[in-house]
Amino acid sequence: MPVIEYIDAIRLAMKEEMERDNDVFVLGEDVGLKGGVFGTTKGLQLQFGEQRALDAPLAESAIAGVAIGAAMAGMKPIAEMQYSDFMFPATNQIISEAAKIRYRSNNDWDCPIVIRAPIGGGVFGGLYHSQCPESVFFGTPGLKIVAPATAYDAKGLLKAAIRDPDPVIFFENKKCYRLISDEVPDEDYIVPIGKANVMREGSDITVIGYSMPLHFAMQAAEDLSQEHGIEAHILDLRTIQPLDREGILEAVSKTGKVLIIHEDNKTGGIGAEVAAIIAEELLYDLDAPIRRLCGPDVPAMPINPPGEKHFLLNKEKVKAAMLELARY
Amino acid sequence: MKQPGSVQQTLRHTALGLSDERAVEMYKTMMLARRFDERGQLLQRAGKVNFHISGITQEPSQVAMGFAMDLKNDWFLPYYRDYGFVLSLGMTVKDLMLSVFAKGEDPNSAGRQMPGHFGSKRLRIVTGSSPVTTQVPHATGLALAAKMRGEPSVAIVTFGEGSSNQGDFHEGCNFAGVHQLPVIFVCENNQYAISMPLAKQTRGRICDRALGYGFPGIRVDGNDPLEVYRVVKEARDRAIAGEGPTLIEIMTYRVTAHSTSDNDMAYRTKEEVDLHRGKDSLPVFKKYLEEAGLWSDDQETKLQADIRAMIDEANEYAEKAPFQSTDDAFRYVYAEQSGEEL
Repeated sequence: MPVIEYIDAIRLAMKEEMERDNDVFVLGEDVGLKGGVFGTTKGLQLQFGEQRALDAPLAESAIAGVAIGAAMAGMKPIAEMQYSDFMFPATNQIISEAAKIRYRSNNDWDCPIVIRAPIGGGVFGGLYHSQCPESVFFGTPGLKIVAPATAYDAKGLLKAAIRDPDPVIFFENKKCYRLISDEVPDEDYIVPIGKANVMREGSDITVIGYSMPLHFAMQAAEDLSQEHGIEAHILDLRTIQPLDREGILEAVSKTGKVLIIHEDNKTGGIGAEVAAIIAEELLYDLDAPIRRLCGPDVPAMPINPPGEKHFLLNKEKVKAAMLELARY
Repeated sequence: MKQPGSVQQTLRHTALGLSDERAVEMYKTMMLARRFDERGQLLQRAGKVNFHISGITQEPSQVAMGFAMDLKNDWFLPYYRDYGFVLSLGMTVKDLMLSVFAKGEDPNSAGRQMPGHFGSKRLRIVTGSSPVTTQVPHATGLALAAKMRGEPSVAIVTFGEGSSNQGDFHEGCNFAGVHQLPVIFVCENNQYAISMPLAKQTRGRICDRALGYGFPGIRVDGNDPLEVYRVVKEARDRAIAGEGPTLIEIMTYRVTAHSTSDNDMAYRTKEEVDLHRGKDSLPVFKKYLEEAGLWSDDQETKLQADIRAMIDEANEYAEKAPFQSTDDAFRYVYAEQSGEEL
């Protein structure tokens, strides 16, 4: 099976879905000849023409709003936000419109759009090219939100998102673009939305997360296995809305000790809801208090290297938290 | 006006390509919108419904817009005062009454949304919300889809002049201008955004903004429905010919308070309102039809009786109709076939 980069998985998913369905098109800033500022849409305009890889004026609310209008006419738009930090002007369109169109019309209208937005730091992007805004959109019924950690899931989840009849926010991690490569089959497949995935089997502690920090957990788990004989069970949520409740409870039941990790800041983050689900269902099965290791509650990460390093999770931080939990 | 003699003067509506029947139909639709609107206010004052929002004296231009469009192919994105517009597109008084009473059979939203939040896929009326102007980029998107698919569809979107200050107005217009999309942006300038008069909203003319987007901007007198018809028809012809968007500013005046929750005498005078009420084009249009020999007192009497009966019947039906069951409260958050409801 070919090993490809995370960014290529995203591009291939768009390319294959555009070949499969003429109603699929991508619009965003610089997505045309330039192929996007990260190269995610490279080659799509050459293959599909100017209309289906559509350069949009620099105005995020219109990128989302025009996509919503086209979706209501039956198209399947993929709206690219250049950085998730810049998608806030589109928030009204996403939360007031996309998320509510089916419900407010009692199923008369629907809004099958995908909004792709790169999240995450570690690229010296400073406050406004590094954010993880998942918690802003999380808890908005009507939206689905996915955040893949691997190339396989990036391709499969993006295809599922494009084929989904409802609005899906696809949070792709820009640090993963070229850093993460894994096996991706040539054959068509999807990763179902709403299903978490066990990345590693273990019996001592459970780590639950999504996107880039899971790779730190995987590396830390190998170290802990070799150095301490501690076996971590690692669950990738993959979809953060709707959360896979059964998958979460099953993963926690394996060990009775759980650490939740994400790069978005701790307060009001996805981890808070995951912790609440566990507390509601499994409190008396736990052998340790629920732990969270997340970004600090500051507005966003600084560009200076020590400041960025201080903000971000890394293998050492995750390993220390895992070890501490295992020894509890 | 028809005059005897050797020189036959062409009637205005005839010159615009409107048949006599269509001109009469326009008048009937305007009057239906007026009477429905009045009933809505009455129902709220009587405590029968919670809320009503009015478009009184804006209906003649709204109906003219609808009559200038292609109901089979075009997309319609009305704003909350557009009773005349949606009635001209095929929505019925019964539909509107079910919406005012927020009943389950309401085709707009099954009684989930406030009245004035229109939507009907069957009638190509696109579902709308309360945060103003979000519908403007949607219209651009619907027009983009039409262009991509080579369909003979034009999107027409309405909004108030207050809304024209939102970023979505600018973003939607600019996008449509860049891509020369078949869309008509219609600002129904009724000179008030709740309590704020035009002078406190903007210093310029709304129609002049089109210059910045590279397409025509036209101001038209809302009390002249035939002129509104002409301007919208021309904008539609341009759009279909691939010549891109048009911005139309219809000059009108809001004679009612913003909604039944507003007391407009707190910020304007009765004299000002009465002055504009006196410019109501509904009786003027009726007089035009009478002088053209197309309308009579008998017809007027019958029309009023028919409308009264229709509204009474719809009112009674909607009042008795059931609300959507709360068992359905979780329905249609997501598509049901996906089986992924929260």
